[in-house]
Amino acid sequence: MSMPFGYASPEQIMRDKADYARKGIARGRSVVVLQYEHGILFVAPNPSRALHKISEIYDRIGFAAVGRYNEFEELRLGGIRYADINGYTYDRSDVTGRGLANLYASNLGRIFTESIKSLEVEVVVAEVGDTPDGDAIYRLTFDGSVFDEHGFAAMGGQADAVATRLKEHYRDGMPLADALEVALTALTEPGGERPPVGQLEVAVLDRTREHRKFLRLVGPRLERLLSQGATPPAEPASSPESPKSPKASEPGEAQPPTAPDGDVDDGSSPL
Amino acid sequence: MASHRDLPAGLVNHLFSNTGSSSFTEFVGSYAPELLPQRDGVLAAPIGDQVPHATTIVAATFAGGVAVAGDRRATSGNIISQRDIEKVFRTDDYSCMGIAGTASTGIEMARLYRVELEHYEKMEGRTLSVAGKANRLATMIRGNLGMAMQGLVVVPLFAAYDPDRDAGRIFSYDVAGGPYERERFDAIGSGSIFARGSLKKLFREGASADDMVMTLIQALYDAADDDSATGGPDVTRKIWPIVSVIDADGYRRLTDEQVSGYVEQMLEARLISPDGPIAPLR
Repeated sequence: MSMPFGYASPEQIMRDKADYARKGIARGRSVVVLQYEHGILFVAPNPSRALHKISEIYDRIGFAAVGRYNEFEELRLGGIRYADINGYTYDRSDVTGRGLANLYASNLGRIFTESIKSLEVEVVVAEVGDTPDGDAIYRLTFDGSVFDEHGFAAMGGQADAVATRLKEHYRDGMPLADALEVALTALTEPGGERPPVGQLEVAVLDRTREHRKFLRLVGPRLERLLSQGATPPAEPASSPESPKSPKASEPGEAQPPTAPDGDVDDGSSPL
Repeated sequence: MASHRDLPAGLVNHLFSNTGSSSFTEFVGSYAPELLPQRDGVLAAPIGDQVPHATTIVAATFAGGVAVAGDRRATSGNIISQRDIEKVFRTDDYSCMGIAGTASTGIEMARLYRVELEHYEKMEGRTLSVAGKANRLATMIRGNLGMAMQGLVVVPLFAAYDPDRDAGRIFSYDVAGGPYERERFDAIGSGSIFARGSLKKLFREGASADDMVMTLIQALYDAADDDSATGGPDVTRKIWPIVSVIDADGYRRLTDEQVSGYVEQMLEARLISPDGPIAPLR
């Protein structure tokens, strides 16, 4: 059987698209989302003060993303529309992180299969509950896969290395200052320099707050927290597991991220 | 843009297409217009008297903020339809609105307005200016004009803390819109004439929040004294007015215990002089 000129198998097309998206996402910097004592903490090294990687979606729901700014901004705005219209149609308590994650998953999946170029984004939808058991962190990849993360999630840049460091230091029910310290440890390469306070985007979903749980931590408050957490948290007593990829068993994550194609992110690009 | 109902389920999702502005109302109007409180049909007969009406709201500025209070009565004609209705609503961290007129329309409007403010804030990453918030509410009231002519009148009173001035601001409206910014204090609803008279005599420039809350409680009592549709404090059922205070720390609604403290103090004084505090003549 003769192949028509320019034929590419569906497997090849999908693989190319996935590689393309992975490269784009790995070019940016990592973002870390983790649970702490009173809710969920988001930390992103971000030199821009205007272009946010972390955002509020609804009363109990937060959003974090890596990759192309214009692409995840579109997702963010769509998510806010979804949440507001549902909360207005029914009741504010009827807007859930799961519903939003499903909306994103279907949208990402459709774009991945139907468009020439998939979105170069990875997204976390986090929802804070009344108790730590009610917290949920959903990580969504460019192809629409949803991962229900427990405790913490890392994405973008050298995501696997960051996730490994995060897993080493993470403990359940940490105070906020400790959780921030753990996040920064995970985001910094061993021996590397930490991003200055002015280049950190930090926010929490705090279950003790009234009405809207989302709060950006900026200025003196953030500096105070950083100095509180300067004493490194105690090493976890748990058995040292193999420090390889902690998510090796998850589908689509088996292969390590493709090496960055472009320049290393020096903070000049809003990506 | 067509309504999402016209599209095959799940095929195209208008949630991800931009309507061109950060207004929630505009988005709902294109996405699911039936959810908006506007009603197109014309009523066979005005039903103004048959649906519950919310009555008196008072607001006054104090040093570094604004306080808003509302009584708890809703009436349908000569019937008291609810004794514990709430008609002062938090609209965002630094603003609130009270409603007078048709209770259902007012509650719906407050709900939409809250989402409207929040939606803008989340989309744009900044809070609307106080004037922007006041103008937005005017547009929503104007949208209700058709129903207002049919008897479903709703008029809000909007109060907000303005961080640029470190002061509270009050805006009032009429059925056709507005806003009219008010210096010092204002009142709306059936008892507003009496409340305004009371406020005129009791208002003190630069008073503390504590004093101003007391002033509002006095004004509401004076309104309830002379207006049958305004409810006074219900001592037997322990139903107190709703009092909200907005200052640099944001919006907070006083608890029932706090309000009952003010009310008891006022009632005790009124046992001796039933018409309340006497303003100095000179």
